[in-house]
Amino acid sequence: MKHLLSTRDLARDDAIRILDIAEDMSEVSTREVKKLPALRGKTVVNLFFEDSTRTRISFEAAAKRLSADVINFSAKGSSVSKGESLKDTAQTLAAMGADGVVIRHPASGAPQVLAQSDWIDAGVVNAGDGTHEHPTQALLDAFTMRRRIHGTASRGKALDGVSVVIVGDILHSRVARSNLWLLRTLGAEVTFVAPATLVPVGADTWPATVSFDLDATLAAVRPDVLMMLRIQSERMNAAYFPNAREYSRQWGLDDERLALLGPDSIVMHPGPMNRGLEISAGAADSAQSTVLEQVANGVSIRMAVLYLLLSGEREAHA
Amino acid sequence: MSDRYLLKGATLPDGRPADILIEGDRILSTATTTTGASASAKAGTGTTVIDADGLVALPGLVDLHTHLREPGFEQSETVLTGTRAAAAGGFTAVFAMANTLPVSDTAGVVEQVQALGRAAGYATVRPIGAVTVGLQGERLSEIGAMAQSLAGVRVFSDDGKCVHDSLLMRRALEYVKTFDGVIAQHAQDPRLTENAQMNEGALSSELGLKGWPAVAEESIIARDVLLAEHVGARLHICHLSTAGSVDVVRWAKARGIQVTAEATPHHLLLTEELIRSYDARYKVNPPLRRDEDVQALREGVADGTIDIIATDHAPHPRESKECEWDAAAFGMVGLESALPVVQTALVDTGLLDWADVARVLSNTPAAIGRLHDHSHSFEDGSPANLTLVDPAASSVFALDRLHGKSRNTPFEGVTLSGSVRWTFHKGFPTLRDGVLAEPGEVPSRV
Repeated sequence: MKHLLSTRDLARDDAIRILDIAEDMSEVSTREVKKLPALRGKTVVNLFFEDSTRTRISFEAAAKRLSADVINFSAKGSSVSKGESLKDTAQTLAAMGADGVVIRHPASGAPQVLAQSDWIDAGVVNAGDGTHEHPTQALLDAFTMRRRIHGTASRGKALDGVSVVIVGDILHSRVARSNLWLLRTLGAEVTFVAPATLVPVGADTWPATVSFDLDATLAAVRPDVLMMLRIQSERMNAAYFPNAREYSRQWGLDDERLALLGPDSIVMHPGPMNRGLEISAGAADSAQSTVLEQVANGVSIRMAVLYLLLSGEREAHA
Repeated sequence: MSDRYLLKGATLPDGRPADILIEGDRILSTATTTTGASASAKAGTGTTVIDADGLVALPGLVDLHTHLREPGFEQSETVLTGTRAAAAGGFTAVFAMANTLPVSDTAGVVEQVQALGRAAGYATVRPIGAVTVGLQGERLSEIGAMAQSLAGVRVFSDDGKCVHDSLLMRRALEYVKTFDGVIAQHAQDPRLTENAQMNEGALSSELGLKGWPAVAEESIIARDVLLAEHVGARLHICHLSTAGSVDVVRWAKARGIQVTAEATPHHLLLTEELIRSYDARYKVNPPLRRDEDVQALREGVADGTIDIIATDHAPHPRESKECEWDAAAFGMVGLESALPVVQTALVDTGLLDWADVARVLSNTPAAIGRLHDHSHSFEDGSPANLTLVDPAASSVFALDRLHGKSRNTPFEGVTLSGSVRWTFHKGFPTLRDGVLAEPGEVPSRV
């Protein structure tokens, strides 16, 4: 694996391999000395054109546990008109000898442009690009599901037959897209629930069931996994729905809807949560919630990805 | 170099073989070799004889939609470099869009653009005037002054922006009737396309690029054809890109509305699938659409719903394309690739013959733009604006085919049919067997 740009292009065997290596990395994180020498002498740059403290520190922790040197590069305002171009930034990092670039960018496709260019010869990890993809989030979500379902017997397993309902702003969500492709690759069934204004045009051609009605979906699907997506306040200003109360009433996970879930169902949220909007405090803090597990698993997944991209195996797979 | 040329054994657009004799800025005679009265008999000495065997002769191509970028954006293109690209592509006249800096919204600017064109000499430059002051869509620009200036502007457009205010569009359509002008509308509802990046559909949703829905084009065209009908004015629609737009224009023409429409070469050959690469060379406005749209546009050209093909030649410097998709500029250069794309998409597929090509790339755009004494059908005494094309050529389009300042072609690496060999502008060969004349030798037309 030279880059990780999307889950859409990830083969099933490769996805399971990442999840399995993440299991190994997870064991490291439980040791007293949480560190492996695998990437000693390698330099990983966290190139963030968009604020995301959570994702950045997760990648930073992952790289440091593998003994890599980490440089954080915060470069808000990316376009030619706003200042330095992506090309100049990339060439600067190349000149500094970066082995891996973890890029978060508000423009969809920016990681792919970087990976295709001859500006830099580093492994590129997409840490979220516009409304396109966020592959490590989907991998950590799949890892979390697999652990809840298969426990210590997770290694080698996929998610065949698991029913996943994803609720919220599908239109603007790179998490929803990356999850859809990966979950389908791993054999899960995906249902999107959202107001019609937040369903992407053409989603009827996607390998997912689309519903506007959360209650009907919960009753019909009895999901193994219910994933709530963050609703951003600017969506209300753009007339995607009238106001927060109406959204919460129709598409929020409140305590009544939580009670309808089976005891083994899990509730996921990529964070940060809007408590009381898309998810109630009761649901967020319930035993079914995996919110904090997702954070912990995120480090393991990112360790696995950086290891695969940057360790000695890189040349063999280039 | 003499100013008499004999093009021996060329094939006219209607398929007849002919010897074409050019003297000065006129076609002295076009003798079809079957009639026996050979032009070569009149050639005499001092005539440059060109072996045109196997070459198709077309009236000089006329582009109703070119961005020459001067004044204001000379890092992208100038009138000189843009008209060199035009000559290399077989064009003898280009209509220069108004989104310059300053905007071409006064007599002074349009006269300057025209003067630059005359000084360069490679092609006839007809400036297009802005419909509204500064392209701001708020009040009419000095349309009368531009029409009556030395530039004699007849085409008015805010291209790049849509005249979206309904009342202003109505007034513009009415007002240009005074001067036998036409409004060339860039049909794009601005509210439906805020920050739009590519065709809206399943692919834009997958790629996470903000959608430019077909309805944003089609609804403006529908409104404007009804306005044109109501006020009895001429309307021209720039760069149709969707199947629905073809349907609307077809309906309007059936009602007798005075509407003409254009399609670009890139919309006739390329689809949105190319955008999977996030390669900004494929970023253009209106965006590349679905294969269904490409097919509908081709049918529209074939059945006459779409009257002309225009390039929307839009040069941009490298840094405007070597970047992430959202930050990249919209637009593609197109003058040198236009005819090969038209042959590939429409002639080789049997949708058009060469007489149709002469119509959609020369006769009709000249008529819409009120460009007189320029295009022709090879009658004796016609202005000597013509181009010779080798239709048997086929090659991978490469950057060395470009002669303007910018390199933002989407056709690099694409195999295209046809090669423009000779271009004559007012009797002067600006392109000679594929080699562009140098600026010093091209006569200025001041």
